[in-house]
Order: sequence, then C-alpha cells, then structure tokens
Amino acid sequence: MAHFTKATSVHDWLNQRMGIDTVRRVMATEYWIPKNINFLWAMGMVLAITFAMLLVSGIFLLMYYQPNVDLAFDSVNYTIMKEVDFGWLWRHVHGVAASVVFLIIYIHMFTGIYYGSYKKGREMIWISGMLLFVAFSAEAFSGYMLPWGQMSYWAGMVITNLFAGGSLHADGLVEWIRGDYVPAQAFLSRFFMLHVLLIPLAILGLIGLHFGALRIPHVNNQDGEDIDFEAEAAKYKAGDKAGSKVIAFVNDFMSKDMMVVGVYLVFFFYLVFYHYGFAMDPVNFDPADGLKTPAHIYPEWYFLWSYEILRPFSTDIGLMAFAFAQVIFMMLPFLDRSPNTVPASRRGLFRFWFWAMLIDMIVLTAMGKLPPEGAFSTIGLYAALTFIGLWILLPIITMLEKKA
Amino acid sequence: MNKEPFILAVVVVFTLVTYYLVEPFAHSQMHKHYESEGFTYKDLPALTKTGDATRGKDLVTGAAACTGCHSIEADGFPAAMDPTTAAASYGVNPPDLSNAGAVYAPNFLNDLIRNPAHALLVEHKFDASKGQMHPMVAFYGAGGDMDQEVADMIAYLQSIAPKAEELTPEQAYETACGRCHANHYVGWTQIGETPRFKYEKDALAFKIKLLEYQDSLKKYMGKLPPDLSIYIRSRGEHYIKTFVENPQNYLEGTAMPRVGVNAEAAEKVIEYLEDSGDYKRHERESVGAKVMIYIIIFAIFALLWKKAVWRDLH
Repeated sequence: MAHFTKATSVHDWLNQRMGIDTVRRVMATEYWIPKNINFLWAMGMVLAITFAMLLVSGIFLLMYYQPNVDLAFDSVNYTIMKEVDFGWLWRHVHGVAASVVFLIIYIHMFTGIYYGSYKKGREMIWISGMLLFVAFSAEAFSGYMLPWGQMSYWAGMVITNLFAGGSLHADGLVEWIRGDYVPAQAFLSRFFMLHVLLIPLAILGLIGLHFGALRIPHVNNQDGEDIDFEAEAAKYKAGDKAGSKVIAFVNDFMSKDMMVVGVYLVFFFYLVFYHYGFAMDPVNFDPADGLKTPAHIYPEWYFLWSYEILRPFSTDIGLMAFAFAQVIFMMLPFLDRSPNTVPASRRGLFRFWFWAMLIDMIVLTAMGKLPPEGAFSTIGLYAALTFIGLWILLPIITMLEKKA
Repeated sequence: MNKEPFILAVVVVFTLVTYYLVEPFAHSQMHKHYESEGFTYKDLPALTKTGDATRGKDLVTGAAACTGCHSIEADGFPAAMDPTTAAASYGVNPPDLSNAGAVYAPNFLNDLIRNPAHALLVEHKFDASKGQMHPMVAFYGAGGDMDQEVADMIAYLQSIAPKAEELTPEQAYETACGRCHANHYVGWTQIGETPRFKYEKDALAFKIKLLEYQDSLKKYMGKLPPDLSIYIRSRGEHYIKTFVENPQNYLEGTAMPRVGVNAEAAEKVIEYLEDSGDYKRHERESVGAKVMIYIIIFAIFALLWKKAVWRDLH
C-alpha cells in the first residue's frame, strides 16, 4: 500500500493521492511536440474548442428542445429563438459551429495528407481521425433532423432511402431504421437519442483514441523529419530551448495554439452574429410537410462531395461509388505505397495527386449543390469519375515514387 | 523563410472559392431573381385628377356602394357580418377600409376600383368572359367624370387613414396580408388575434369559427395560404418584397393576388414579419458587437502570450 504522510498543502494532498505532478509532466510540460510546425498544427486545438462550444451550446438547447413531431419545429423556432433568454445565441453558435467544424476537419485532413502524417507509425492517428469524421458526419446528420423542418424531413427521407441498396430493395431495412414507412415520430425520437447520447459518447471515446494514437509516433513536422525526441527533449530540459527541435505541449505549443484559436474565434463569432445564413438553410425554416417536396433537396455543404459521387450514376452504380467514397479515405495509409514521409511538394507525382484531389473535391462539392442539369451534371459526372480514378492511381504513382 | 502567410492565403482562397460556389453561385442558379420596382406598379396608370374627400365619402358610402361589403371602422361603418360569415359569402373577408388609403398605392387603388381582377393580377382565375366573376364588383361610374369620381374616393380613403409614418406594422399586415395568412408566433389568425378565454368551450367556439373561415378560404384560394410566422427566415426580405410586388413572377398561375401595398406599407409588413420571425435581431446586433470586441482583445492577448513564450524558443 502506498505511504501517505500528513499533507503540507492542498496540492501535496492531491499529489499524494492522484500524482498530479506526474500527470502534469506526462500530459503537458514534458509532452514533446516538434518545433518545426506552422499554424495548421493548431487545427486539433481549434477542433477541440469548436467541439466544446457544440457541447455547451447543445446542453442549453437540450433544455428546451421537444423531440416530438408536433412540437419540435416550434420548440426550436419559437421557444428557443424567441422566449428563452439568449436561446437564439445558443442556437446560432450550435448551427454555425456544426458547419464550421467540418471546414476545420477538412483543413486538418488535407494537412495530414499534404505532410504525409498518416505514414510510418501514424496510421492509427489517421484511422481514428477518419472514424471521428464518420462520427461527426452521423452527429451532423442526426442533428439536422431535430428542427423537423422541410430539409430535415426530406434529407431524412433521402438518406434513409439509401439503405434500400438500390436493386436489392431492402425496404424492410429502411422501415426498420425509420421505425415507420416514412420519417415520423419513431424516426425523430431515435435520431434525437443518437444525436444527444450515443454519437456524442462515441465521439468522446474516439477523441481519446485519437489523442492516444498520437503519443507513441509523436506529432509530425513540416519537413517529415525523423526527430530523436529523447535527445531533443534532454537538450530542451538542459536549458537549450533555442537549439532543441522540440517544444513542450504546455506552454510552448499551447501558446501558439491559443494564438490561432484567438484568430479563429474572431472569424467564428463574426459568422455567428453577422453571417450565419450559410449554416442555417432557409428551406429548413418551413415546417416538415410530407406532401410538399422542396424544389431542390441538397445536403449541407460538407456532404455535397460524396452526394455528387452518388448522383451522376444509375442507382446501383451510384450507391457503389458512394460506398467507395465513404471508406476510401480510411484506406489512405495502405494505398500510399511510397516510403517517403515528406510534404507533397517533394514527392513527385503525389504532389499533383494532392492538388488534383483537393480541386476535384471542391468541384464535386459545387456540383452537388447545383441542380443536376446540363453542363453541371456533365461536370459532376467527370468529377466523380476523376475522384475514383485518382484513388485507383494512388498506389501506382506512389509505388513509382523514388526514395527521397 | 516564413511560409505561414502563404499557407494561410492558400487555405483562405480555397475556402472562399468553395463558399462562393455553394452559396451565392449555387443559389443564383437555383432561384429566379427579380429586382424590386419599389412598389410603383408601373403597369398601372397614375391618377390624373385631384380628388375631393367629401365627394369621395358620398360615393364610397353611396353610389359606389363600397360599404355594402366593406366596413370602415375608423369612420363609423361597422362590419355587417363577422369574418366567418363574410368569407362564406365572398371567399375571403373583404378588408376594412380604415387603413386602405395608407396601405395601398394610389395607382393600384385607381385600377382596383375599376377592374379588380386586373389590378390584383388574377385574371387567369377570374375571367369575366367565362362567367368567373371576381367577388369585388367593379365600379362603372356614378354618372359623372369617372376619373374624378375614383380620385375622390381615393382622397376620402386617404383622409381617414393614418399618416404614412403613423401606420403601425400590425395595421399594415392585418390590412394587406392578415385575412389570408395567419402568423401564430404573434397570435394572429385570419379572423383576428387569438383572444384569451376563461372557459375552454369559448376557446373551442373560436376555433370552430376559425376552421370554418379557413374552409371558405381553402375553397377560394385552392389551398390554405401559409402561416407567415418565420417567412423572414425561410424566404428573406428580398424574396418577400419582390413576391408581394408581383406573385406571378415566382409562381405563375398562383391564386395569390398582387396586394398593391405602397413602399412604406411594405416596410411595415417586413417589420411585422421580423418581429414575429426574427424577434431578437436587435439583441443579436448589440451582443454581437460586444462579443467581437471581447474576442479581438482575447486574440491580442493570445498573440502577446505566444510572442512571450516563443522568445526563448527561437
């Protein structure tokens, strides 16, 4: 049994029981991060802050929201927006954060792809990150159902229909998911549960996994340089902070994170107060009506690229392409056959692959929202084919890549 | 070399391009766009004569027989029937004319009095040659100069109406929109504000009257016109204004008439819709300014902290 002495202070009392000095050292002051990084390395902290805002604003909204098909719409648009003090603020923070969190996720993802941060021992970081992406997508979709507006209803209808699997006609599965023939009370209740309990729990667990996966392989750096963390840490602790290639998570890295977070929050709150329309689709301010299909049904912007991979093909091929798009990013560490962990700019053909993928996804995103007519549907089709083609090319071009 | 400004520029450019494509560009492709004409109704001729309110009153209450169907509460002509009974006869409750002079554009009234279906842009629905008569009977003249007579009537309506700056958002909405469109976020129904009842049977009796009114309205319009509680969020100010100016633009063949409001009354209607659908807009602006100041100060301190910490690291 551990030996306890009379505590000299609250700190000492806690330290004897919880080892808080050790925890602080391991988690903060001697958690080493490379010094050679840029502001893109702060996206993890930006995401953590945004998630915290989603959680807090969500808790306030949960106190007034009514998960009932007859009451849900007015509980959001009347009770929360009009009667509850600052209810509008929580709702706008929640809605804008739900949209902006995906912008940051995409920046975070493409940073990882650009700098090769999914390779050489960092595969689990990438995979846990992609699982987080899936969980956030499910969280965003289930949350979008809750105001029970026209887009909630029709997006719920369209997305659950996907589970019929085209020619498989698994209509029983669709009804099982909905708990009814159409989205109705059972559907709203279970998506409410998913949104406020099950998926947030999964996200919290996955965030832990994502952080844990980072510990052994360490954070990557701007040049993909292999750093001897122990030697560099010793140098830092000996007082040669300027000469060491590593910095402490707290305060060194944290201070830079907070600087980026500060700039980000100026942008974020500008959107919350002055430019929130992009995150709150006007169509969803009409109450759900199963007899009135909106003229244009489209998902929120962050799902548009995968929606556009589904849309230009016939049902069955479209569903297969869609399924491919959902899982393929997860496979990235294994499809990239090159041993080089350096920025894309120093990686031969991969350099072009990276920018082609980024631009192709932006084109898919744009076409996913536009009505599928004329030139837009042709561009969409070619962009979808390009997406699939790029992934097929990836193992080949990376195998050809010379060792840097 | 510090690459961060370049990296930031790349991130910002790709973000803005994506934003432009999925928001302004996509919406410009998905929806028709019309510019407002400022509620001038250029297709309708302006008044050529100066009206006389006294003669106008004689016409409105006499030869032109307006008060046969319309009440004018402001000048002592109460409604002959309650809204539900009136709607059963006419399809919709004919408007009280107390505020008409302040709400409607003069050239619109000029045309409306002579040819209602034409001014209201519902000739596709009310074609006299097919025997489809508009419930409002046209004024064919009282034996004198018709231009003068119509100008007199309009002068009378303007003389009893509130001044443009005194017109309230409620008066504008109730006269121009409220007989077809409920707005349950402010308690408005097509037959008036929902009263508070002590006994449930009275509440139910009111509800029955409302349902009967809505049944007549459904028959008259083809469907129950939508509740406008948060149309300011679902449609936005620009759409509402240009739609009200000419509903046929966006919805060809719609039963919704051109309402003929003047520019001032249109602003009042928008204010009413903002009060029901965007009630906390003023608070949003004032809180927004304070939060922005706070967060900019936070960002400055964060920047200074970083500089202080990293001084030893470089």
